[in-house]
Amino acid sequence: MADVKKIATRDSYGNALVELGNQYDDFVVLDADLAAATKTGMFKKAFPERFYDCGIAEQNMISIAAGFAATGKKVFASSFAMFAAGRAFEQVRNSVAYPKLPVIIGATHAGISVGEDGATHQCCEDIALMRAIPGMTVLNPADDTEAKLAVKAAYEHDGPVYIRFGRLAVPVIFDEDYKFEIGKGVTLKDGDDVTIIATGLMVGEALEAYEILKEKGVNARIINMPTIKPIDRDIIIKAAKETGKIVTVEEHSVIGGLGSAVCDVVCDEYPVPVVKIGVNDEFGYSGPAVELLKKFGLSADNIVDKVLTL
Amino acid sequence: MDKVKLKELKLNACKVRMGIIEGVYAAKSGHPGGSLSIADVLTYLYFNKMNIDPKNPEKADRDRFVLSKGHAAPALYSVLANRGYFDTELLKTLRHIGSILQGHPDKKHIPGVDMSSGSLGQGISAATGMALSAKHFGDNFKVYTIVGDGESEEGQVWEAAMFASAKKLNNLTAFIDVNGLQIDGTVEEVNNPLPLDEKFAAFGWNVIVIDGHDFEQIENALIESEKVTDKPTAIVMKTTKGKDVSFMENNVGWHGAAPNGEQYEIAMAELKKLYAEIEAE
Repeated sequence: MADVKKIATRDSYGNALVELGNQYDDFVVLDADLAAATKTGMFKKAFPERFYDCGIAEQNMISIAAGFAATGKKVFASSFAMFAAGRAFEQVRNSVAYPKLPVIIGATHAGISVGEDGATHQCCEDIALMRAIPGMTVLNPADDTEAKLAVKAAYEHDGPVYIRFGRLAVPVIFDEDYKFEIGKGVTLKDGDDVTIIATGLMVGEALEAYEILKEKGVNARIINMPTIKPIDRDIIIKAAKETGKIVTVEEHSVIGGLGSAVCDVVCDEYPVPVVKIGVNDEFGYSGPAVELLKKFGLSADNIVDKVLTL
Repeated sequence: MDKVKLKELKLNACKVRMGIIEGVYAAKSGHPGGSLSIADVLTYLYFNKMNIDPKNPEKADRDRFVLSKGHAAPALYSVLANRGYFDTELLKTLRHIGSILQGHPDKKHIPGVDMSSGSLGQGISAATGMALSAKHFGDNFKVYTIVGDGESEEGQVWEAAMFASAKKLNNLTAFIDVNGLQIDGTVEEVNNPLPLDEKFAAFGWNVIVIDGHDFEQIENALIESEKVTDKPTAIVMKTTKGKDVSFMENNVGWHGAAPNGEQYEIAMAELKKLYAEIEAE
């Protein structure tokens, strides 16, 4: 695929914040000394008086965001996924989610594609952590278009939202007419042989796998699942009934992420075989993001292989 | 402070203490010691200081209060009930299934509770966030919080202290309840967070040291705090854990234990006697 436009969703986040900032003046943005990397720096540049740097203190930042929201105002709080969801987990649970405060946590540098920084910064557990919290909305947009729509939807949502963004530039999949709704999966390709449910930057890989499988005579259904919680149960049950088997693909641990969420639904409603593609029960390591994704089997080729073994 | 006002405050503080004992006794669990140590400052804030309206607990321009040492919830609930946010009879449902009065403050369900708290260190950050919001939007409300001396062993307290000072949040006042005891022993024995006045000063706060059971000192400290334009204020209060219930005073065993029937009777009798003495003054 030559000349495909590529944008990292963290850049989409920064751009979306600036757009929101132009529309509304009732929110601020917090960061923990990572504005240049999380891209909240774009907002800081556009609206310096509406940006507060909390320094290298993520736990305090999340509780500050909670207090800010408790005064009836909106607030975005950003850091890397490892520190927003991991280090500050308990602040997200007790300061933000328990009082159901409308804090939007913009977590960038999620997953293995952080690349060279290695295991300490490659958070593959954030979805599992966040979806375990009652009342959390967990979003994992696939591309620039969806990421910007997710930020806007999160701003309009009444309650805590965790949005996961990536560091790696990924193809823009959706055009300007694309509709995003919290809690809704989207069928991108219809098929009856197998369903591939993908989230985040794995959606592009799933679409590539679709083309390869088609050439091999396999008609796969491709579902994009940008909301991990609340998960779109209907679209999963329909896929289970109509295609009989499901492959999930995520740049996250196979423990507790999209794959687990899908399994929860099919086990409850209509048991079918589910194969989970994701980061297995292990830590990542340093290396170029694109190569790491291949090493960890987060590629169209591996999706094809897994589907063909079903 | 005039004598009528002082007497009124003392009587209300005594009622707040009775409410603490009622609640913890009915719950058969809870934290009486650290609740009794902050009864006076809470009484001053809610009866004499804060811009609040018990009939309109959510009014936008109200002053905010966050109980960072959330386990002292019986004190907060008692002061709210005595101030008219809800019926004092409700205190007897503390920690019961179906009661709004959760073991630790719950913003969603309890009228007058501005922030959920209980996990130590988080409340002072939330209070700081409220103060930041007021500054940002040009609102005039003030934010008060109470932090425990043991609680200040949490690193997050100092993250918040650094931030509040860096952002010059002079609309934030933290009372530091130095009752000297925590679950495992005296604060010095366990992890020695003292001296807290020097630590807050080193973090750039305006620091005032007072006797936390002396209403005149509480009042004067708050008046002083309002003269400061570029710093948050820490009012470091020396207090007595279990204050005004003789067998609970300075006894670490009463951090997180409820009185039995006999102890309840003794505690209530002591508080009623104290109430009568204040009335007779």
